[in-house]
Amino acid sequence: MTNGYIRLKNPPSILSSYSCVGSEEKKGPLGDRFDYYSDDNRFNKDTWEKSESEMQKIALFGAMQRAKINDTEIDILLAGDLLNQCVGSSFGLLSYDIPYVGLYGACSTCALGLALGSALYSGGIAEKIGAVTSSHYCSSERQFRFPLEYGGQRTPTSQWTVTGSGAFILGDGGNVKIPECVFGKSLDMGIKDINNMGAAMAPSAVQTIKSYFTETQHSPADFDMIITGDLGYEGSDILKDLLLKENIDIRSNHRDCGILIYDRDTQDKHSGGSGCGCSAAVISSHILKELNSGNLRDVLFIGTGALMNALTMCQGNSIPAISHLVRLTVKEV
Amino acid sequence: MNKKEYSEYVKRKARKSPITKNCSFAFLIGGLICTLAHGLKNIYLSFDLDERSASSLVSVTLILITAVLTGIGVFDNIAKVAGAGTIVPITGFANAVSSAAIDNKSEGYVLGVGAKMFVIAGPVIVFGLLSGAIYGVIYYIVGVFL
Amino acid sequence: MDSPISYLYAFLIGGALCVIAQILIDKTKLTPARILVIYVCAGVVLTAVGAYKPLVDLAGGGATTPLTGFGYTIATGVREAVDEKGLLGALTGGISATSAGICAAIIFGFLASLIFTGKPKK
Repeated sequence: MTNGYIRLKNPPSILSSYSCVGSEEKKGPLGDRFDYYSDDNRFNKDTWEKSESEMQKIALFGAMQRAKINDTEIDILLAGDLLNQCVGSSFGLLSYDIPYVGLYGACSTCALGLALGSALYSGGIAEKIGAVTSSHYCSSERQFRFPLEYGGQRTPTSQWTVTGSGAFILGDGGNVKIPECVFGKSLDMGIKDINNMGAAMAPSAVQTIKSYFTETQHSPADFDMIITGDLGYEGSDILKDLLLKENIDIRSNHRDCGILIYDRDTQDKHSGGSGCGCSAAVISSHILKELNSGNLRDVLFIGTGALMNALTMCQGNSIPAISHLVRLTVKEV
Repeated sequence: MNKKEYSEYVKRKARKSPITKNCSFAFLIGGLICTLAHGLKNIYLSFDLDERSASSLVSVTLILITAVLTGIGVFDNIAKVAGAGTIVPITGFANAVSSAAIDNKSEGYVLGVGAKMFVIAGPVIVFGLLSGAIYGVIYYIVGVFL
Repeated sequence: MDSPISYLYAFLIGGALCVIAQILIDKTKLTPARILVIYVCAGVVLTAVGAYKPLVDLAGGGATTPLTGFGYTIATGVREAVDEKGLLGALTGGISATSAGICAAIIFGFLASLIFTGKPKK
C-alpha cells in the first residue's frame, strides 16, 4: 500500500446487491431502479431507528437471495450507518448468524465497506463478504438536526439525508470486479457550516482522487464515470473546480449520487442527497445495473464522508472529511 | 490553498439564500400571525376580560393552534416558506416545544417527552427569565436609591 | 376596542420584526435558536429602558406576539412585582407573567405527543 492506494492481487467481484429506499427516493429519477421501498418510510417499524435497522436487514436478505447463498456461507459482515454507536447496523444485522464488524466512515461507509471487504478477499482472509450501509432521513434528522415537525428553513447549500440502504455480497465469480481501491486520509479544511457539507467534503475527495491518479497510470478519460457519494451540487462544483487546478479534468464524466437521486426541479432538496444510504442505494442499484448491462464498463466510485457530530459542532470545531475510492469494472484487469 | 483561502472561496461560491423572497414571506406570514393575534385580543377583551388575561389567552390560543398544526404535519411545511415569519412569533416557540415532544415520544414519556420537550425552546425561557431577574434587581436598587 | 388602523400597525410592525430576524438568519451564521434568545433579551432590555411600551400601544398584537413581546411581558411582570413585593419580585414577576404561555406550551405539547407521531417533511 502506498499513499492509501492498493492494487488488489486477487480482485473480488460483486456477486449481488440489493437496495431499499424511502418514499422520496422512490419518487426521484432513479425510483424504478431500487429493489424495495417503503411508502411511509417506516418499513413496518414503530421507531425511525428500528426502521433504519430493518432496511439493512431487508437489503442483506435480498442480496443473499440473489446470490443464492445463506448466512452460513458469508464469512464476515462489514456494516455501518450514521447513528451513534452504529446501532442501525448492529441491531439490523443481529438476526444473522455471521461474524459482524461495525464500520464508521460517515457517508463514505459504502466505499469503505467495499474497499475493506476487497482487501480481506484479496488477502485470502475471507471468501464471501457482506457489505451493508444505511441512512434514514428521520433518524438522522433527530440525531443531527431538529425534531421532524420542527419548522425551520434550509439554506440552498444544505443537503437532504437519503432514506436508503444498499447491501453487496463480494466473492468469486461475479461480473463486476474491484481491482483497486484507495483508503483516504481525513482532511479538515476549516469549514464550519453544517449546512454546507459538500464544501466540507470536496477537498478530501480531491485528495483521494489525486492519490489515485498519481499512483496509477490512468487518466480520468479512461473511465466511463467518476462518481462521488454525496457532494451535492455545491460540493460537486467545488470538486471539479479544484481538480481542474491540479490538471485533472473530470468535468465530462463526473456524476454524484446525491445529485442523481432527487429531481432538482420537482423535489425541494436544495443541494441534493447525502447520508451513507445515498451512495449505497445508488451504487447497489443504478450503477451496478448499468455495469452489468454494459452501459458502463469502468467506474471510479469515491465515497465522501463528513466526520463531525452534534457535540463537535456545538463546541465550534470545523468539519473534517474523508473519502475512500473503489474502482468498479467489467473489464479484464 | 490554505484553510482561510478555502473558506473564502467556498463563501464566494455558495449559493445564496433567496433573501428577497424569504423576507417577503416572513413579512407577510409573520404580519398575518400578528394581525390574527391582535384580532383575537380584541375579541377576548370584548368578553369583559382584563388586559393581561386577554393577552395570556391570545398566547394560549396561538400555542394550541400551533400544537395542532405541528401534530398533523402542516406547520413545518408552512414554516419552510415563512422562515422567521413563523419562528419569531410565539408560534415558533410553541412549535419548538410540541415538535420536540412528539419526536421524542419514542424514548418514553419521562425520559423522552418530559426531558426533551424544551431542548430547543429552553434557552428562550432561561435567558428571558435571567434577563428579567437582572432587570428586577437593577430596578429595585434604582428605586431604593432614587 | 382598538381602531381599525391598529390592525394595519399590527401587521406592519409584526411583519417588520420577522423580517429583521430573517435577514439575521440569511446574512449571518446565527442559528434560529440564538436569534430567539437575542429577541427575548432585546425585549426585556427595550422594555426596561421604556422603548417597547410605545410600540405595544401602537401595534398591539404586532408587538406582543413576536418573541420580543415575550421579553416585554417578562419585564413588565418583573417591574410590577418589584413595586408590589420588593426584591422578591425580581424572582417571581417574570415567570408569573408568562406562566400561561409556558404552561400552555407544556400541556399542548404533551397532548400533541399523546395524539400524534412525526412524519418526514416533503
